[in-house]
Amino acid sequence: MTFPVLPEEGSLGAREVDNILVALVAMAFFFSTVIAGAIVWFSFKYRRNNPVNRVRSDAHSLKLEIAWTVLPLLIGIGFFTVAAATYFRERHPPAAAMEIHVIGKRWMWKIQHPQGKREINEVHLPIGVPVRLLMTSQDVIHSFYIPAFRIKQDVLPGRYTTLWMVPSKIGSYHLFCSQYCGTDHARMIGQVTVMSRPDYQTWLTTGEHAESPVVRGAQLFRQFGCSGCHAGSEVIRAPSLVGVYGSTVPLDGGGTVLADEQYLRDSILLPNAQIVAGYAPVMPSFAGHISEDDLMALIAYLKSIGAGQNGESGRQSLTYPERAANPAKASP
Amino acid sequence: MNTPEIQAHPAPEPVAEKSYLSEHTLRSWLLTTDHKRIGILYLLSILLFFAIAATAAALIRLELITPKGDLLSAEMYNRMFTLHGVLMVWFFLIPSIPSVLGNFILPIMLGARDLAFPRLNLLSWYLFMTGGCLALWAILWGGVDTGWTFYTPYSTLYANGQVITMATGIFIAGFSSILTGLNFIATTHKLRAPGLTWFRLPIFVWSLYATSVILVLATPVLAILLTLLAVERIWGVGIFDATRGGDPVLFQHLFWFYSHPAVYIMILPGMGVVTELVTCYSRKRLFGYNFVAGASIAIAVFGFLVWGHHMFVSSQSPYAGMIFSLLSYIVAVPSAVKVFNWTATLYKGSIALDTPMLYALGFIGLFTVGGITGLFLAALAVDVHLTHTYFVVAHFHYIMVGGMVLAFMGGLHYWWPKITGRMYPEQLGRLAAIVTFIGFNLTFFPQFILGYLGMPRRYHSYPAEFQFYNVLSTAGSSILGVGYAMPVFYFIWSLKRGTRTGANPWHATGLEWTTASPPPTYNFAVIPVVTEEAYCYPEPAGPPPKDTSGAEEDRHA
Repeated sequence: MTFPVLPEEGSLGAREVDNILVALVAMAFFFSTVIAGAIVWFSFKYRRNNPVNRVRSDAHSLKLEIAWTVLPLLIGIGFFTVAAATYFRERHPPAAAMEIHVIGKRWMWKIQHPQGKREINEVHLPIGVPVRLLMTSQDVIHSFYIPAFRIKQDVLPGRYTTLWMVPSKIGSYHLFCSQYCGTDHARMIGQVTVMSRPDYQTWLTTGEHAESPVVRGAQLFRQFGCSGCHAGSEVIRAPSLVGVYGSTVPLDGGGTVLADEQYLRDSILLPNAQIVAGYAPVMPSFAGHISEDDLMALIAYLKSIGAGQNGESGRQSLTYPERAANPAKASP
Repeated sequence: MNTPEIQAHPAPEPVAEKSYLSEHTLRSWLLTTDHKRIGILYLLSILLFFAIAATAAALIRLELITPKGDLLSAEMYNRMFTLHGVLMVWFFLIPSIPSVLGNFILPIMLGARDLAFPRLNLLSWYLFMTGGCLALWAILWGGVDTGWTFYTPYSTLYANGQVITMATGIFIAGFSSILTGLNFIATTHKLRAPGLTWFRLPIFVWSLYATSVILVLATPVLAILLTLLAVERIWGVGIFDATRGGDPVLFQHLFWFYSHPAVYIMILPGMGVVTELVTCYSRKRLFGYNFVAGASIAIAVFGFLVWGHHMFVSSQSPYAGMIFSLLSYIVAVPSAVKVFNWTATLYKGSIALDTPMLYALGFIGLFTVGGITGLFLAALAVDVHLTHTYFVVAHFHYIMVGGMVLAFMGGLHYWWPKITGRMYPEQLGRLAAIVTFIGFNLTFFPQFILGYLGMPRRYHSYPAEFQFYNVLSTAGSSILGVGYAMPVFYFIWSLKRGTRTGANPWHATGLEWTTASPPPTYNFAVIPVVTEEAYCYPEPAGPPPKDTSGAEEDRHA
């Protein structure tokens, strides 16, 4: 049996979280020692029948009360600020991050790499490359958790959530489902393998060849008949989807919406919920006709057409300072 | 005018009044409207639920000795932690101090003859038992494996078993909470003895009042939520179902809108009890009375504004997360103020480490650890790593067990002579308190480390590297079990054999110590008049009258 105290630090963000933890532990140690020490000392010194001076001042002191109200408040605000800043960065991936698709279902993780390669309960990642996970669930709520990276995000049915990281250490790490999802929740676990970039490229080419989500998405765009209306039809007027991703879409009845992945998804499954201004609500729902995998592929295709014009504009790019020394290109 | 003195000597025993325990028929118990008897009914009922839930916890800990799932099947394990959570939260912790000790002591502390609505009080107990029996029925016939949190869409679309029966049981028990809260609020407003102004109230009354406000305001949200859950599960209307345009996260918002304030329902009364104990066994006025009283109210108010800190990784907006994180740091401040004031109360006191005091000091220490680790979880980036892990389990057990259970045990020992008229064996009492403290820390401290290492909650099996801390935790739980079991035996023993006590064995202040032990049915033959502030212990502290040998020394300056 081993008894580790800290988990490995496998990503650039892990160190930041650990630093906050160390500060919190120091604060916890200080206050519990002061309180416990005072309790033990007073209980000993002022034990009943011990002849000591018990002549007291008042049973209240406004100065003390203010001091021990304000001090914890200031300490709290300090921790809040540091931890919130780190969290904010954790929630905002850089625009150039490589995108991996994750689908959770009871009780497995299905992964697809941008080049097309698929795996189950295993995630292979190249070192030093910012990776963004686009995740959804086919059934209940799961949670994608890599302790060595100190990151976690619930994975929901009907919604896309994201997580991003920069793996910084070669090795293999636990992947856990951390949101209770039924009988075999404890077996919905897997392994994250961080490899050197050449090793990752080699690994991508091994095994069965699979189409990349963008290629697959392009096929689906025709197969489901999307292209019939959205690619310049004379009969039915539908908005062009070139460059739609990341743009601000004006809505029927006023208001706008940022065309992110969730918007594209909702527009396919619940087309009448948000109608683009100037168009008629004629699109049928594809709910029940398209699998989560295909939906992600279709969205990957939509993101690929016209990206670079105004795509990604809505997303802030906050990166770790360390990453500047280790610039990486999104593949493929 | 008959003015009972609340000084450090026993009041004369009233002779004419019969004790509330003098009737022995089953009917006299089941149809009683006496708040003291209803308190006893609650005590027996919650101990039953505690025993069942503790057994489930023992099975969970046994299963976790080894990394593989070998003792229980995965389904059975999931049912066990659901059973443990549901029974402990709704059928033990929430009613523990308010419905048992509060019921018994509150009216006497106020100088009243009963609660404002005695029959409503009995109805509360019957509702509680109806809910409890439904929950037990759900466990025996099919079980429930959703966890006490009932997250959708698992609970609505996927879980087998008696989800609806369990939810109905909790729904009904919720009404018992609401009625008890109403009763306490009305009693505190209307039945205080002459002269017992708000700022002369014992802090226990303040904290019960704050608890009651939360019970009345938050529990209806739970009732609404459970109704929506049942509607969704039976008719599939789609409130929480993403495939029908619903939102599973909406459930979590509603759930924590109730359940976070419910955490304060589970700790505020404990803070009240500890205040009574710390002052009594230090023989000293409470330091900063107004701040301690105000802190209870502040906790009750801010407690309603922090529910989103359970949902930092749920897909909630990061901006909402920041507001909830900041508010969580703010809600910690009144708790810290209380801890500092209790500690300052000890300074220059005359401290006796009797059993209730040991529990109270244990409470302060463990509550401090539980509170500070709450600040770890309120820190956004750290919470992303720690939430859903054993760190959370350790944190809330430090509050719920290290805090509330120790306070309940301390209060039960403190008022035991008042309730029964008999004293428990002091040495055994101290031993049990120490064993509980050691067992508790050994059980739950390793779980902080497990959590930071990344072991998720609700895991039936786990990677082998986590075994060391799990074995420690299970070993600790067996010691904790001994600490819990000891009082059961010596309390029962003391009912027949314990030495009889007078009205005020602890030489404590407070109206409950001016009436006989056990109290007469109507508590007070003549309604007392209060002329002093709470905790008016003599200054500087004199020795207790029973032990005059130290008198000179104590006054030595």
